[in-house]
Amino acid sequence: MKNIKIYNSRKRSNFIGLSLSMIAMTLGMIALTWILFVLISKGFSAFNSNFFFNSTPAAGSAGGGLANAIVGSLMIVASCTLISTPIGILAGVYLSEYGDRSKIANITRLVTDVMLSAPSIVIGLFVYAIYVSKVKHFSGFAGTIALSLLAVPVIVKTTENILRLVPNTLREAAYALGAPKWKVSITVILKAAKSGVITGVLLAVARVSGETAPLLFTALNNQFFSTDMNKPISTLPVVIYQFAMSPYVNWINLAWGGALLITLTVLGLNIFARVFFREKR
Amino acid sequence: MIQKNIVVKNAIEVRNLNFFYGKFQALKNINLNIVEKKITAFIGPSGCGKSTLLRVFNRMYDLYPEQKAEGEVKLYGDNILHPKRDLNLLRAKVGMIFQKPTPFPMSIYDNIAFGVRLYENLKKQDMDARVEWALKKAALWNEVKDKMKQSGLSLSGGQQQRLCIARGIAVKPAVLLLDEPTSALDPVSTSKIEELIYELKNDYTVIIVTHNMQQAARVSDSTAFMYLGDLVEFNETKKIFLKPDRKETEDYITGRFG
Repeated sequence: MKNIKIYNSRKRSNFIGLSLSMIAMTLGMIALTWILFVLISKGFSAFNSNFFFNSTPAAGSAGGGLANAIVGSLMIVASCTLISTPIGILAGVYLSEYGDRSKIANITRLVTDVMLSAPSIVIGLFVYAIYVSKVKHFSGFAGTIALSLLAVPVIVKTTENILRLVPNTLREAAYALGAPKWKVSITVILKAAKSGVITGVLLAVARVSGETAPLLFTALNNQFFSTDMNKPISTLPVVIYQFAMSPYVNWINLAWGGALLITLTVLGLNIFARVFFREKR
Repeated sequence: MIQKNIVVKNAIEVRNLNFFYGKFQALKNINLNIVEKKITAFIGPSGCGKSTLLRVFNRMYDLYPEQKAEGEVKLYGDNILHPKRDLNLLRAKVGMIFQKPTPFPMSIYDNIAFGVRLYENLKKQDMDARVEWALKKAALWNEVKDKMKQSGLSLSGGQQQRLCIARGIAVKPAVLLLDEPTSALDPVSTSKIEELIYELKNDYTVIIVTHNMQQAARVSDSTAFMYLGDLVEFNETKKIFLKPDRKETEDYITGRFG
């Protein structure tokens, strides 16, 4: 006769464990749907053609939109992606395939971890100190540098972790044909981990596209429509920050609309990353 | 003894080979000759060093800094353990097929062409011909000829393994190392691959590590029995299986241990 007591107590602890994790999951879902609900109910009314095609209005005046901030954010995030993707992926390949346990790789890993947890406002101040204060004006370039400093460590970390998941047998198989190391790393290993690496890049982009603090001292803001990256440029997070704290109803509504737009974009990027680059087979 | 036969040519000659994983000695003073264009099988219980010995022949162990080989291994007279030896060129000459199929994440065609492109600059039609030749040799051509653009990962396990064999043959190595090539496959795929191995000895020197003694008996010309890092007995396969000199060999073959 099997000991039914042991079986029953295991069933009980299974039930308790399952219930706790369900509660935790529900709490997370409630927070997310609540945020979305509030954003949609307050921000959706701001979405009209003015919102997307007009620039930010003067204080206290009616109408206007966030066209300058949307375009500015797109330019800064796009150039940040262009800069940080190759750097991050190559550094990740170095750590996983070349550096491995060497001293320089371990130092790089430590620095990456520190950068990952560095407060983003510190990054903004750093770029202000080494770039903005030297050229003596705020600019889109400065904002791009600040966001890249935030994105690179994320991409490095995910790339290294994903590449480490590629089984060693695949590396050996490629070496067994007489392929040189760089060829194995780029055409076999990186290719095998492609979807994971792209997901990492998209998640990094999603993360920096909502950053405010690093842009405050770098890209600053611009109430006019501008695509000059060497001048101060308007971005969604900074405009939201400025408008949300103002006493003007129109500005506050625009801030809600901007917050909804960023959230939907980030949510969309995340879903896109998960659905389209899901590991096949 | 086959070594005494003067017409045979040795592809590989191993002299006083010792191998270490860190401090652990996995191979102890191995001496043997691998005859050209024959099939040599390594058998023995798990951990006896047979795969380790195989991985010395293309210096695959070099990928792992803590592994070290001492002694001499000559491939057609050249010592491959020489520290200045170019490993990529060596591995282009000594191909290897692994236990689990390892198709690259690219099309069936590119899987085969990958290795060829490393050392040869072929025109499109010559490359097509080479890919077809390799796939035919690996008895896979008929199954994949209409889907060369599909990913190599879309094939079944047995097909993937034959794809890997085709990939290994396509670069025309002198020696082909097979590390338990059928242990992850079903009986039908296994018998296909065994037929293929038998075919291969017309052109290649084949060394196969296997856990399956029937397989060693079926396909190989000579067999080496290894135990705890020692080469216990090495002789013609018939002799090893019918009338082994050593008691340990007989015990292992008759299933009394291992």
